[in-house]
Amino acid sequence: MSVLCAFRLWGDHGQETLENAHVCLINATATGTEILKNLVLPGIGAFTIVDGHTVTGEDAGNNFFLSKDSIGKNRAQAATEHLQELNSDVSGNFVEEGPDKLLDNDSEFFHRFTIVIGVQLPESTCLRLGSVLWSASVPFLVCKTYGLIGYMRLVVQEHTVIESHPDNALEDLRLDQPYAEFQNHIKSYDLDSMEKKDHSHTPWIIIVAKHLEKWLSEHNGQPPKNYKEKEAFRQLIREGIRKNENGVPEDEENFEEAIKNVNTALNPTKIPSAVEDLFNSEQCKNITAQSPCFWVMLRAVKEFVHNEGNGSLPVRGTIPDMIADSQKFINLQNVYREKAMQDAAAVSKHVESLLQSVGKPAESIPEKDIKLFCKNASFLRVVRCRSLAEEYSVDTVNKDEITSCMDSPDSEMVFYLMLRAVDRFYQQHSRYPGVYNYQVEEDISKLKACVNSLLQEYSLNVNIKDDYIHEFCRYGAAEPHTVSAFLGGSAAQEAIKIISHQFVPFNNTFIYNAMSQTSATLRL
Amino acid sequence: MAVDSGHRDGGCDWDGRWNHVKKFLERPGPFTHPDFEPSTESLQFLLETCKILVIGAGGLGCELLKNLALSGFRLIHVVDMDTIDPSNLNRQFLFRPNDVGRPKADVAADFINSRVPGCKVVPHFKKIQDCDESFYRRKCVLLNKHLIISLLSYEDGVLDPSSIIPLIDGGTEGFKGNARVILPGMTACIDCTLELYPPQINFPMCTIASMPRLPEHCIEYARILQWPKEKPFGGTLDGDNPEHIQWVFERSKERAAEFNITGVTYRLTQGVVKRIIPAVASTNAVIAAACATEVFKIATSAYIPLNNYMVFNDVDGLYTYTFEAERKENCSACSQVPQDLQFPPSAKLQEVLEYLTENASLQMKSPAITTTLEGKNKTLYLQSVKSIEERTRPNLCKTLKELGLSDGQELAVADITTPQTVLFKLNFTA
Repeated sequence: MSVLCAFRLWGDHGQETLENAHVCLINATATGTEILKNLVLPGIGAFTIVDGHTVTGEDAGNNFFLSKDSIGKNRAQAATEHLQELNSDVSGNFVEEGPDKLLDNDSEFFHRFTIVIGVQLPESTCLRLGSVLWSASVPFLVCKTYGLIGYMRLVVQEHTVIESHPDNALEDLRLDQPYAEFQNHIKSYDLDSMEKKDHSHTPWIIIVAKHLEKWLSEHNGQPPKNYKEKEAFRQLIREGIRKNENGVPEDEENFEEAIKNVNTALNPTKIPSAVEDLFNSEQCKNITAQSPCFWVMLRAVKEFVHNEGNGSLPVRGTIPDMIADSQKFINLQNVYREKAMQDAAAVSKHVESLLQSVGKPAESIPEKDIKLFCKNASFLRVVRCRSLAEEYSVDTVNKDEITSCMDSPDSEMVFYLMLRAVDRFYQQHSRYPGVYNYQVEEDISKLKACVNSLLQEYSLNVNIKDDYIHEFCRYGAAEPHTVSAFLGGSAAQEAIKIISHQFVPFNNTFIYNAMSQTSATLRL
Repeated sequence: MAVDSGHRDGGCDWDGRWNHVKKFLERPGPFTHPDFEPSTESLQFLLETCKILVIGAGGLGCELLKNLALSGFRLIHVVDMDTIDPSNLNRQFLFRPNDVGRPKADVAADFINSRVPGCKVVPHFKKIQDCDESFYRRKCVLLNKHLIISLLSYEDGVLDPSSIIPLIDGGTEGFKGNARVILPGMTACIDCTLELYPPQINFPMCTIASMPRLPEHCIEYARILQWPKEKPFGGTLDGDNPEHIQWVFERSKERAAEFNITGVTYRLTQGVVKRIIPAVASTNAVIAAACATEVFKIATSAYIPLNNYMVFNDVDGLYTYTFEAERKENCSACSQVPQDLQFPPSAKLQEVLEYLTENASLQMKSPAITTTLEGKNKTLYLQSVKSIEERTRPNLCKTLKELGLSDGQELAVADITTPQTVLFKLNFTA
């Protein structure tokens, strides 16, 4: 199975985590199989479908992984057969039992999975699973397609991300506080005495560094701060462009690059506030033998910052490509690379002593992990989701989020409340509203009663228009394929983020509105 | 138990098959399109009449075909000129290892038709440009992958609104994607928002030839300079041939060693040679789903369609942004700003016709030229209708002056190559 394209996004080590993952899907509805399809294709190690339902005509009508022949069979088994065909490297398994029964017989059944994805679950089952998985620290992703609304809820206590791959990452150039080796390297250049060819192929980082030195000496050690000063700085660089015998400036693209990159170059080196927050968290302050590697490494980086780092994170070690001859570029790149290696080695020493202090061997955290951690030190993220219990409890419900969202007329929050109301309806009537045509009208008042009792129970002073109640009766718990497919892609990618610990997952509720092609992420 | 629910093609349907879809077609609702009328016939329309053209049977195409088939569409045509490559298999899920080498359109159609009984996907293993006009001239909703095609029909240079075929376009790259609805001649066309499509990055030649700094530069050197010179295996470089890639890999490593550059790997070599843009199944799934939802809305008037552009990005959480892309005032493809036509009054209409067909930025196929003379619409020349062609053919030999045209006169030109009539302003030269 070729993973050529995927590896460019999450690398070999990311692919490895996928291949070691065992995903559990509860309920092989259209939404469920679409999610699983997008996990089987990139090559997860194994999946297990848990589903006690029998395939109906309806199921076979909207689900690509059930056929007419599947009708009457157990849904887990039928879906597994078709999903297995997508990728022979993946091990597909099924359990012909619902999650409630499974938990009754074996409370630890779900402990073995890397992630559990629950689809179209009734509220009681969802909450029960939520509690079990929370205690076992197994990530839980709840998904539901209801008419033209898609819903996802991520439930994970603490999810650390080392490689968040931010879209517009700032470079770590240290021009404002050049380390000794960098300073020496800058000194090795004498722009004025260089041959024209060398002058035109000097990396812009050096050009900026040289001119910054000049500026600092003329401005009391103060770098350019506002727009006016930065413009003056750009002009200073422009004056550095070689002129020919007629006094006309030559075409020096590297100088143009330097001018263009002044803003980037003048970004002060500083520790992002998100990382500072992590330094101040309990997990970082109290390192024990049970501390996950992430926190041990983070603590080590914190120690580095307060010692060898002189207040800064380890040097990242990468520079962007720039106009330069090969040798100058490679030499400059090596200055950064070597410093990064040095800093990582210093961090390693701190890791060692931390591990020793809690009685663990130094080898428990490999060098390459520490290097990767240091390289990503500016981008570390920790995602903590509230539990379902907290979301649903009257004492801890996030009233502020709900009421402030409901102040905007177009907010997707109304759909969250409708889904909660519909769950309530199911609890009371053992069915969803408006499934059969004759029910649509008469269920409107029943659903409205559920909405009102929901708002009352949580003391939510919000108004839900009758139109939404009517629409949700109209949906009749339909699971149209295109909405299932949208969730299929979205949920699968979030699951891959959880499994690979790369890229940042959402926190914690995602609503998709296919009527308007809009979406929102809510924290509940 | 399969119960005939009244469909003419009842043989392949079963009880409850279309329940999920029917709720949106047979029930009134507060958010439906103003034109929507609940009816049991809408499903019939989807199953028996509505024709869709899908361009591309790759990452997005496979997803689209599945989505359309399971939403009730049966008369689907799919066009794709490619054959299946092993690198496609991790997301183009209608293809299996033993399909490698076969045309994508054929395999995709076979799979859908067998998995979704009653669905009649018709494959076309060819380039979209090679399909003639009649292929498009049917009432269908068009699904497109970054291509613009004009499908509007004109009568004497005037656009026939019933001929507007909606175009739904989707694109993805890594974790980002977009979906848009285009009503040609009415909403923003692709050219109106061309700046939203970032330019391809190609390394400058001098970097590759004499100043490599990155492993990619070394690979491009082997690919662009060394291979054509040495022709190690005779013909062109085939990205799917492991021997070819191995050769490029080894040359790239040599070059890298010369310049102390690290990082050349076999995988990187393959990625650069094949111009692989990172692609994941999940993004294709999301965008194709959004597109198919729009097709459903437009075909059934169930809801107001997307107006008109949605972006999606799931690098950090999930993010969507929906907005109305505006038509560009001077869009070369669809705006009405008149373009300059310089001819002496003694030039013959034939010369104008030749200019329209031969000019590099116009390249029209068979333009229909009309103008307003004495307050009335006059066809100067039109090829596509035989009777009109015969009637207007003598005009080709007449001079612009003889035809009664004056300096500054506006000419309206319609052609298959443009989504909208192009206006020209005659500028008489000496």
